[in-house]
Amino acid sequence: MSQKIKMPQREPQVRKKDFEQVNTGYTKEQMLLEAKRCLQCKDPMCVKGCPVEINIPGFIKYLSEDNPKEAIKVLNHKTSLPAICGRVCPQENQCEKNCILGIKGQSVSIGNLERYAADITADNDVESVYVVVEKNNIKVAVIGSGPAGLTCGGDLLKRGYSVTVFESLHDTGGVLRYGIPEFRLPKKVLDTEINKLTKLGMKFILNTLIGRTKTLQDLFNEEFKAIFISVGAGLPKFANIQGENLNHVYCSNEFLVRVNLMRSYDFPNYDTPVYRGKNVVVVGGGNTAIDSARTAVRLGAETVKLIYRRSENEMPARLEEREHAKEEGIEFVTLTNPVKFIGDEKGSVKAVECIKMQLGFPDTSGRRKPIPISNSNYIVETDMVILALGLNPNPILSSLTENLKIDSKGYILIDKNYMTSIKGVFAGGDIVGGDTVISAMGMGKQAAKNIMCYLTNN
Amino acid sequence: MYKILKKEEIGSNVYSFNVYAPDIAKNAKAGQFVIFRIDDKGERVPLTIAGTDIKEGTIRIIFQIVGKSTTQLSLLNEENLIKDLAGPLGRPTEIKKYGLVVAVAGGVGAAEILPVIKELKKAGNKIVTIIGARCKDLIILKDELKQASNELLFATNDGSCGMNGFVTDVLKEVIVREKGDLVYAIGPVPMMKAVSDLTKEKDIETLVSLNPIMLDGTGMCGACRVEVDNKIRFTCVDGPEFNAHLVDWEGLSLRLGLYKNFEKESLDNFSYNRECKCHRK
Repeated sequence: MSQKIKMPQREPQVRKKDFEQVNTGYTKEQMLLEAKRCLQCKDPMCVKGCPVEINIPGFIKYLSEDNPKEAIKVLNHKTSLPAICGRVCPQENQCEKNCILGIKGQSVSIGNLERYAADITADNDVESVYVVVEKNNIKVAVIGSGPAGLTCGGDLLKRGYSVTVFESLHDTGGVLRYGIPEFRLPKKVLDTEINKLTKLGMKFILNTLIGRTKTLQDLFNEEFKAIFISVGAGLPKFANIQGENLNHVYCSNEFLVRVNLMRSYDFPNYDTPVYRGKNVVVVGGGNTAIDSARTAVRLGAETVKLIYRRSENEMPARLEEREHAKEEGIEFVTLTNPVKFIGDEKGSVKAVECIKMQLGFPDTSGRRKPIPISNSNYIVETDMVILALGLNPNPILSSLTENLKIDSKGYILIDKNYMTSIKGVFAGGDIVGGDTVISAMGMGKQAAKNIMCYLTNN
Repeated sequence: MYKILKKEEIGSNVYSFNVYAPDIAKNAKAGQFVIFRIDDKGERVPLTIAGTDIKEGTIRIIFQIVGKSTTQLSLLNEENLIKDLAGPLGRPTEIKKYGLVVAVAGGVGAAEILPVIKELKKAGNKIVTIIGARCKDLIILKDELKQASNELLFATNDGSCGMNGFVTDVLKEVIVREKGDLVYAIGPVPMMKAVSDLTKEKDIETLVSLNPIMLDGTGMCGACRVEVDNKIRFTCVDGPEFNAHLVDWEGLSLRLGLYKNFEKESLDNFSYNRECKCHRK
């Protein structure tokens, strides 16, 4: 059986010195070989694994005929962000996991093909890559321009609705811009995707924190007929251990916002600084932890240790990213947990006291619960710690909006139609408990369907 | 883009701008702040909203030149545009009747305290305002503060206006005379801590408006965290006002120094690039 075509990538020793893309993308020849591997199943299992229901054999068929222009139309029918999905989706757990070829051999590299189709048509006119219906002039407001908001807004736009996206930051894209580093998702790629939506008529209003700058009621007063809340994750979680407020102890969000959104890797050309640690400790096992560790390498760290309380098997981070991280010299210190951070006389972190862990029985997450091994404490010297322990939902809008119901953790409650406790107000993405870009996009898509249904019936 | 409609130099290196931002003006309340970004390469810098004019659609910001961003801001003129301005951010001051409110401000803190005391006075409080500055020339908003206070007192390091000493010296005298029901303080951390120590001893409820390092200011990044009552709190979401007696002042002060060297480098670079270099060989 044929082997899948490996995604070409830059050498670790070269790429770890800059922020350029690690994966360079298929050549045309590679794309054709890979596309032709697809069996074109009559009942494609891959589609069932796609949260945004892309007609996967459909777009691959066109690619195998070297017709990316038609391939991208098939993709754009279901997704507004193919260049992004092709890069950051965990395909190995979704479409590619279901691929028939994967049962006995290697699945088709669906993500890599999606990326090819999007990249090669990036400069095409929007008219040639989208099918858009006539405008109906019904106004919908989207709050937050991250993956959920762009997907929901994009789908509504393509169905003729007039979509305005309100963003609290000074730039669009949400986590795609401030969270995911340049070497995984170049800002240029993000800008291309967003520019297409702008050309289709999506309006973006920046620097507008809904709840504070305007309320939901203000939006209804401005004749928006439905509102989609996709404000994303909010404040970082802490471990509640001693020394977390020492200098040079960052939470991953702050570290990544500085580097990605504010471009502090280019300080002082850009004004926002970031500390560049020499011996960096990152705590966590998710994609954000890996992104932080790899970013620290690129900022010049000599050693980067990734401390995770479970074993690598339980790590939520994607396999590809873990492999890339190891190639770039990041040391995985698993079954280990920080107990406290120790500071020097200036209040900067100088060491982490760690404890070794072992795995017990599965907990509520289904993963085996890590249990500390007593008297196994030891010291790791460091000059910078990055905590990537997860995020709580952003509390601002829900705390300022009367009657908007949340659960005990602060997630906005929605019904099966994605509607919140307020009529005409829908929500999706991290603010209702999503956790990846694609799950947010999936929710954005489902919400868009429900919003259209609501607007048709009301 | 946000247009500057009015620019005034109201003190030595202190400027007051009225900026056209109707949505912010409409919803801003006393105690809140904005974040500005001067241009595409700029930092996000928090500034207190010193006042609003809903009819004109403007907010008033007052700032002192301290680093690169405030230097750049000071170079803008009327009709010029500020790239980004987001707000109002943070929780507004809780306006209610306390009784006697002693408002203490150091330096440009006077700009923050002005809308707060205006509202507190409207709510029926008696306001004694104490302004501290290094010298007379650095005192701003004198007339406006006077109008918003029942009594206005000063402390300067050189005695050029009011008492020769610190705001705490004046505060001591005031609370001996009549124990206040609330002390509200804003200014440099050592000043706020000194006020807090004093009022803790006298058991007077005290609010401080904190100004830690902040990045997004919209409840996302965690940069502005500060320990209050042994818990991590976020200034942009839970603050900026906190119970002074529960703030970890030492931690706040250490974190504020985090980027000192970078800030200097940034300003030095900027100043060097602005200099005329024709005479250099």
